Amino acid sequence: MDALFLQVLNGLDKGGAYALIALGLTLVFGTLGVVNFAHGALFMAGAFCAVTLEKVLTISTKVKDESITFFDAYKEVPILEAKFPVVGAFIVDFSVPFAILLAIPVMLFLGLLMERGLIRHFYKRPHADQILVTFGLAIIFQEIIRHYFGANPIPQSAPSMVSGSANIGALFGLGENVVYPWWRLIYLTFAAIVIASVFAFLQFTTFGMVVRAGMQDREMVGLLGIDIQRRFTIVFGMAAVVAGLAGVMYTPILPPDYHMGMDFLVLSFVVVVVGGMGSLGGAVLAGFLLGILQSFASMNEIKSIIPGIDQIIIYLVAVIVLLVRPRGLLGRKGVMEE
Amino acid sequence: MSKKPQTSNWSRRDVLKASAASAAITGAPLFFSRNAYGAEFLNNPGDGGTVTLGFNVPQSGAYADEGADELRAYKLAVKHLNGEGDGGMMNTLQPSALTGNGILGKKVEYVTGDTQTKSDAARASAKRMIEKDGVVMVTGGSSSGVAIAVQGLCQDAGIIFMAGLTHSNDTTGKDKKANGFRHFFNAYMSGAALGPVLEKEYGKERRAYHLTADYTWGWTQEESITASTEAIGWTTAEKVKTPVGAGDFSQYITPVLNSGADTLILNHYGKDMINSLTQAIQFGLKDKQVEGKDFQIIVPLYSRLMAQGAGENVKGIFGSTNWHWSLSDAGSQAFVKSFGQEYGFPPSQAAHTCYVQTLLYADACERAGTFEPCQVGAALEGHKFDGMGNGPTEYRAEDHQCFKDVLVVKGKDNPSSQFDLLEVVEVTPRAQVEYAVDHPMFAGGDLGSCNNGA
Repeated sequence: MDALFLQVLNGLDKGGAYALIALGLTLVFGTLGVVNFAHGALFMAGAFCAVTLEKVLTISTKVKDESITFFDAYKEVPILEAKFPVVGAFIVDFSVPFAILLAIPVMLFLGLLMERGLIRHFYKRPHADQILVTFGLAIIFQEIIRHYFGANPIPQSAPSMVSGSANIGALFGLGENVVYPWWRLIYLTFAAIVIASVFAFLQFTTFGMVVRAGMQDREMVGLLGIDIQRRFTIVFGMAAVVAGLAGVMYTPILPPDYHMGMDFLVLSFVVVVVGGMGSLGGAVLAGFLLGILQSFASMNEIKSIIPGIDQIIIYLVAVIVLLVRPRGLLGRKGVMEE
Repeated sequence: MSKKPQTSNWSRRDVLKASAASAAITGAPLFFSRNAYGAEFLNNPGDGGTVTLGFNVPQSGAYADEGADELRAYKLAVKHLNGEGDGGMMNTLQPSALTGNGILGKKVEYVTGDTQTKSDAARASAKRMIEKDGVVMVTGGSSSGVAIAVQGLCQDAGIIFMAGLTHSNDTTGKDKKANGFRHFFNAYMSGAALGPVLEKEYGKERRAYHLTADYTWGWTQEESITASTEAIGWTTAEKVKTPVGAGDFSQYITPVLNSGADTLILNHYGKDMINSLTQAIQFGLKDKQVEGKDFQIIVPLYSRLMAQGAGENVKGIFGSTNWHWSLSDAGSQAFVKSFGQEYGFPPSQAAHTCYVQTLLYADACERAGTFEPCQVGAALEGHKFDGMGNGPTEYRAEDHQCFKDVLVVKGKDNPSSQFDLLEVVEVTPRAQVEYAVDHPMFAGGDLGSCNNGA
């Protein structure tokens, strides 16, 4: 029971990341009709906002390292901490949460730049062209990151007050071994809040209403004199912000490297397809569902029956779902079917 | 009834085709070599003033930073061989036939390739070096899968392969080749060195849980470490294979919490080790107690670059390494000084083994008086040397594996410098890590006979 509970939490956590990326992907597809293979790179760009902020906050002066005698070596002492020991240390400690403030404008700008500068030229082109150009863009993004940050993962710390584990077993009347890292619980809550905010924004604001109407019938909304294209551009920026925030918050869980966007992209596309192309609810549902299934498939009891199932479960489920429900779990008729 | 005169079925076109085919078949073995006519071995540099070496390292992919350090070491070795710089370990190698005037009087040049840490890319890059660039030797690695693949290619082509960082038993075990040579230690040696230290530190009653990278290196390391821990009385709770590059290991770590195990052995390397160790600590394993015993984590194969990546998390964690820059012997100091002056930081164990392999190859050529692969191989076989940072070392003739002391290291609790991440706990003598050629963990392979590509 304890093990099952922990695997559900693992699945929800993983599913949270999948859902956040897939939500942006499907939002862009539903509004602009673009299959954006660079969306994983936006997740990575968000993560590197956190890395960049941490690097800026820990800009150091070089002091000769007297402990090295074989050659002239220098060690780095962060200026911020040296000048303001208490406040400086606090800011550095909370660099990941602070990175959210940096990531929002940066990702919004990056999203708008991508859409205006490149992707809008491909609206009327076949999906294959869109995939090629956005995939190329993703490779360019990742090579830029590799050039400046190297290939090794760069660990980011959660604030020290939440770096340990929560004894949630006691809370739910389970065994003492049921512990879960605080930051992962925070990530899960964060994912839930962001998803709820996106839905609320689309559901309860006039802007959201127009966007939803545009997703239903773009031409009709245009004929009503509404500049739907401008709104869709903003939606693209919003999707970039969501992916970026997911990336920022994921850094203490998975040390970011230049390839992390690609790793998540493939899974997120499966999530979008399983959920139904263009369906926001489907993306979220499939994200959590596949996350949980992946976690359960990694249990030793399951792996002893079907070896290697943990590595194929997502694709297996995708095949079954597409056979039974070709439009995905919550897919709409007419999307990508012309 | 008249009979038509019988004519031959061969047309002029057929004859031409047959001639072309015959020429192609006859000339096929020469295809590999640009100096094939009159050459007694593949890529013979002949009377030219230069000789080219092929450095095949991961310049992209998960091990790119490791590969970058290897490349730095190779460039430094070339510099020293050509008589530039302070000479590094050329001054400490004993015995040495190196002159500082290239190899056999020819200036050393090099070409580089990107293995991408993928076997197929590594083979393609090595093939290009052999066929297009005419290299006399290929070296590199940073993944046993890659090293084994390239070693096989070099054997078939007729080129010497000096393995870089590769730790799987199979490289000089079931996949050993006559043209391949490994200076780096292996998983069996890690197990043999770690066992007694773990017994001393953590006692005889432990229950170990393995998380293992699912490829040749992970499998042989798991087998080796299990054998050595069970030999000291430990039991094995579970052995779980994890996909290479899994990223998030949480679903593999949570079962450890309820398994009753009190020790986690991470048979992971590079990025996987950084992630799995970081996540194991996030799940509170380091602070956990099982039946009154402190939970322990062990990383059998350590590198400074990995320790740097994992940061604070490596403190107090045991593992093994082929070499460490803080060693005080003359060879290590000469290399660290030379590398540090060139690049501003100390070399990793990957850099060390690659530098040593280049020098050893050059020395073997000098001693053999030729670049002919089989004679160079014969010069390496059974060769005993010292002054390269590992104490007295021998290239065993039977499997082309170097035998030398192994270092058991621990993540340092109070680092005195930014590079001072690991402390050497014990230098395990060679005798303790040595094994018979027909040891079951290395069985099944055949060195075969040397191929010079002629």
